[in-house]
Amino acid sequence: MAILEVNNLAKSFGNTKVLKDISFSLEKGNVLSVLGSSGSGKTTLLRCLNFLETADHGTIRVRDELLFDADDARTTREREIRRKRLHFGLVFQSFNLFPQYTALQNVMLPCQLLAKEEENYKVRKKQMFAEIAANAHDLLKTMGLAEREGYYPHQLSGGQQQRVAIARALAMKPDILCFDEPTSALDPELTGEVLRVIRDLKGGDRTMIIVTHEMAFARNISDRIIFMHDGYIEETGTPEQVFDHPRSERAKAFFSKSLEEI
Amino acid sequence: MALIMEQMPIVLRSLNVGFLQTLKLFIVTLIGALPLGLVISFGSMSKVSPLRWLTRFVIWVVRGTPLMIQLLIIYYFPGLVLKKPIWGGGEAGRFLAASVSFILNYACYFAEIYRGGIQSISKGQTEAGLVLGMTRGQIFFRVTLLQMIKRIVPPISNEIITLVKDTSLARIIALQEIIWAGQAFLKGSQGISGAIWPLFFTAVYYLLFSGLLTIILGGLERKLDYFK
Ligand SMILES: Nc1ncnc2c1ncn2[C@@H]1O[C@H](COP(=O)(O)OP(=O)(O)OP(=O)(O)O)[C@@H](O)[C@H]1O
Ligand SMILES: [Mg+2]
Repeated sequence: MAILEVNNLAKSFGNTKVLKDISFSLEKGNVLSVLGSSGSGKTTLLRCLNFLETADHGTIRVRDELLFDADDARTTREREIRRKRLHFGLVFQSFNLFPQYTALQNVMLPCQLLAKEEENYKVRKKQMFAEIAANAHDLLKTMGLAEREGYYPHQLSGGQQQRVAIARALAMKPDILCFDEPTSALDPELTGEVLRVIRDLKGGDRTMIIVTHEMAFARNISDRIIFMHDGYIEETGTPEQVFDHPRSERAKAFFSKSLEEI
Repeated sequence: MALIMEQMPIVLRSLNVGFLQTLKLFIVTLIGALPLGLVISFGSMSKVSPLRWLTRFVIWVVRGTPLMIQLLIIYYFPGLVLKKPIWGGGEAGRFLAASVSFILNYACYFAEIYRGGIQSISKGQTEAGLVLGMTRGQIFFRVTLLQMIKRIVPPISNEIITLVKDTSLARIIALQEIIWAGQAFLKGSQGISGAIWPLFFTAVYYLLFSGLLTIILGGLERKLDYFK
């Protein structure tokens, strides 16, 4: 069963069409990498999925539930969008940790705020917060940051900050976790530690969409690849199909060029 | 020297009274201008363009002209046009006019500082909050507010120290603040005349007061030093 189904998604900024008719689906537990040259619309696609941008056309379904339909005003209301966002997580290129909170507080804060909306919050607050703290400890430990819980973001390296950001996104237990070039802002020697952490997240039923320029990584981790060009999905398939036997000329040119760079 | 020591108690009593008026103007200005500045800064960032342009025009005029002229215009101009004073007579009227001028002037400076602080917070902070399911209110109060405060404390501190000294401009409409009190001994008051040292001595009051404020505001700045 597809956990995510995107149909005919389109988005313009003014007169520029940035996404033109994007359709794809993603199986639960799969990893999808989105590749493509700069300006092809990869970030915009992730932002539409996370409702940071509102698509002009198309539908987004998660677990067969219609989350978004550009033609149905009932699905685009601001109030409900906040809840719908929780189906998705997003890890930014620039981390965007909250500087005034420690690593641990960064991971806990969103969960604590969400817990306030539970019905029996007042009665169960203590227990809920204990669970949130325990979960945050565990996540930071998995990220190799057990020793760094009490550090503020400016006291952490870029790689460590990005791992905190990943832990923070995971703490919300999203159905689909999205990454937008998670290592692009990092020094080369820090890239590996973040990619390893993401690789270790694969497995079980964790579904991920990764926008990246790390070709070898995308090839190894992905179940599916989407190659975007100019707002279209130019080519899609398994890593073998897309990397080794690209059909479109653009994909051929893109992958041969990216191989040259290495 | 002996003469100065003799005059000292009388002079200090006078200067204290004047300084009280200085202090009153200082506090009233802050109480009025800090919140009014926030309102003005929202106006200057408004999506409604006439409101935005009007606000920016007012800020431009207020910041582009001397506070002394503003004091004179605000104090005398309504009386000239309406043929009757609107501020009421005497010291209370002068204080009211001075307060209005100072609040308006400082609110415009604060507004620009607030605007800078608000606009300096990266959109990424808000977007991270949204993606994590936070409401706009939660994002403001739990995430961006403290970052803004941290950014605006140093420039606001500068303005506050400047305000301490700017209060002396109210002398131009004869508000009986500390400069006025010191000057009185030049012309003659309470049996002392031709003495210029009381006027010089007022500097000690300004120095001590701004020194105290520097320590307090520096402490606040250091409190927010724990994050970047
Ligand atoms: N808010 C916006 N307003 C106007 N144009 C935008 C906006 N956001 C993106 N664009 C434009 O949309 C196009 C696609 O941008 P997008 O960021 O999605 O590309 P990308 O594939 O993520 O590129 P990169 O690899 O450089 O990150 C670009 O031409 C960009 O200039
Ligand atoms: Mg991008």
